[in-house]
Amino acid sequence: MSANMVAVLYLLSALLFIFALRGLSHPESSRLGNIFGVVGMVIAIITTLMFKSVLSYVEIGSAILVGGAIGTFIALRIEMTALPQLVAAFHSLVGIAAVFVAAAAFYNPSAFGIGNYGEIGMSSLIEMSVGTFIGAITFSGSILAFGKLQGTVSGKPIVFKLQHTINALILIFIIFLIFLFVTNQSPTIFWTIVLVSILLGFLVVIPIGGADMPVVVSMLNSYSGWAACGIGFTLSNNLLIITGALVGASGAILSYIMSKGMNRSIISVVLGGFGGEQAASSASDNSDKIVKQGNAEDAAYVLKNADSVIIIPGYGMAVAQAQHALKEMGDILKKEGINVRYAIHPVAGRMPGHMNVLLAEANVPYEEVLELDEINPDFPMTEVSFVIGANDVTNPAAKTDETSPIYGMPILDVEKSQTVLFIKRSMATGYSGVDNELFYRDNTTMLFGDAKKMCEDIVKSLN
Amino acid sequence: MEAHSSEVFVIGLTVFFLACIIGYYVVWSVTPALHSPLMGVTNAISSVIIVGAILAAGPLGHDTSKIFGIIGVVLASINIFGGFIVTYRMLSMFKKKPKKEKKV
Repeated sequence: MSANMVAVLYLLSALLFIFALRGLSHPESSRLGNIFGVVGMVIAIITTLMFKSVLSYVEIGSAILVGGAIGTFIALRIEMTALPQLVAAFHSLVGIAAVFVAAAAFYNPSAFGIGNYGEIGMSSLIEMSVGTFIGAITFSGSILAFGKLQGTVSGKPIVFKLQHTINALILIFIIFLIFLFVTNQSPTIFWTIVLVSILLGFLVVIPIGGADMPVVVSMLNSYSGWAACGIGFTLSNNLLIITGALVGASGAILSYIMSKGMNRSIISVVLGGFGGEQAASSASDNSDKIVKQGNAEDAAYVLKNADSVIIIPGYGMAVAQAQHALKEMGDILKKEGINVRYAIHPVAGRMPGHMNVLLAEANVPYEEVLELDEINPDFPMTEVSFVIGANDVTNPAAKTDETSPIYGMPILDVEKSQTVLFIKRSMATGYSGVDNELFYRDNTTMLFGDAKKMCEDIVKSLN
Repeated sequence: MEAHSSEVFVIGLTVFFLACIIGYYVVWSVTPALHSPLMGVTNAISSVIIVGAILAAGPLGHDTSKIFGIIGVVLASINIFGGFIVTYRMLSMFKKKPKKEKKV
């Protein structure tokens, strides 16, 4: 196959990837988009297999089969509530694969047409080491993010003295190593870059707490793209550069949207340590206030007599796997002629769009699921707000209390509806550590218990 | 032979910036409800680095580079299959449901 033919086929593949992302602008076009993505990938792989230098079909074929079988098995078995962990795990694979490709290019540069071992051009060396650096950070950062999301590692932010200074010093050290590597092309230096970058990846994610995970997962998504880009530059491969840039841009935009949803700069999220003890002090003065408590029957009564209900799901719904019970409850209410809708805060859950996927899994039609801007004007006309497993995203302190750590965060205007029902396991504060004044209002009823069990009990009472 | 001249780098840089701009506009057009599938798809397509892994694994023989290439192919394949399938699963849940009851 001629070089031009290869370039054209790679271009086709890159275009298909762009259409794959474009398809996601609407649920109806999204499935076709996914097929475009698959076709693009198949074209890219087959084109590469046609290279004259590619001869070991058996080994490559077996490697694809083994990897494909593992990937298929995992993807088919995973619970939708565990999606954030899965995505984090996948990001780590992209990162480490980038490191392996860079290492392969270093040991056998002639296979990629970038010179001979020990005689690689300077620009290739820089690109190679940058790709390796980003890949290794993505790898270890994602592994730690996976651990935090899975619960194997504490989700609490871990902060220690001089944390940022140490990270900065390590970064300077890596730049120095890259400089050394470019001058002497030593394998020892190469692997030192890998190891130190892996260390830095861990250190970067360690201070970031549980509910900031949507930002971290998006950021790692972005990094995995830049890693692919770095490899693309090393191999002078436009397909890798284009795809890497698409993915990098996508992750960066998602990180931006997520941090805006919390009214925090990406920098402050990255620096981490949010939601620790410093926020707890503001919560103390509410201890003597009265909370109105209710049970499933009370909730069923209130819901049944409403005209309109808005359901606000949060991470607590995902933890309790309450989406199916919730949907059943919503269906009964709809049969009664009640207008039932769902309101999703941009940072609800542990990854962008997490709540939307869970509600879709429970067969909630997507037309009934609305974003913050769409639904907020409707709260004053709404009788019942049903908050299930969310807290901070409904806290009016974000609008009124300038001293609050969450001040300025866009919230769902739950307090404007006539009645608020709160399903919570306890009176504990949300992730931010800030108390929610909504709990103490006259028109709020707290329903203490497991979100799933509570929904099931409400369904029983409604029947 | 100077295979990797500065010209090649500048072409790469041009492609890179144009792709970033396309990515910027395309991703902003993605509906927020589909942000999770977006992560799934981007994850799958970023595994296009399998191209580099295949090139490394291509030559006959068994040197270090080839072993790294094969490991790269396995890892990227996990991602490609896993990413596309999990995205497919998510998207098939967003299918329009036949309306059973009337909304008020």
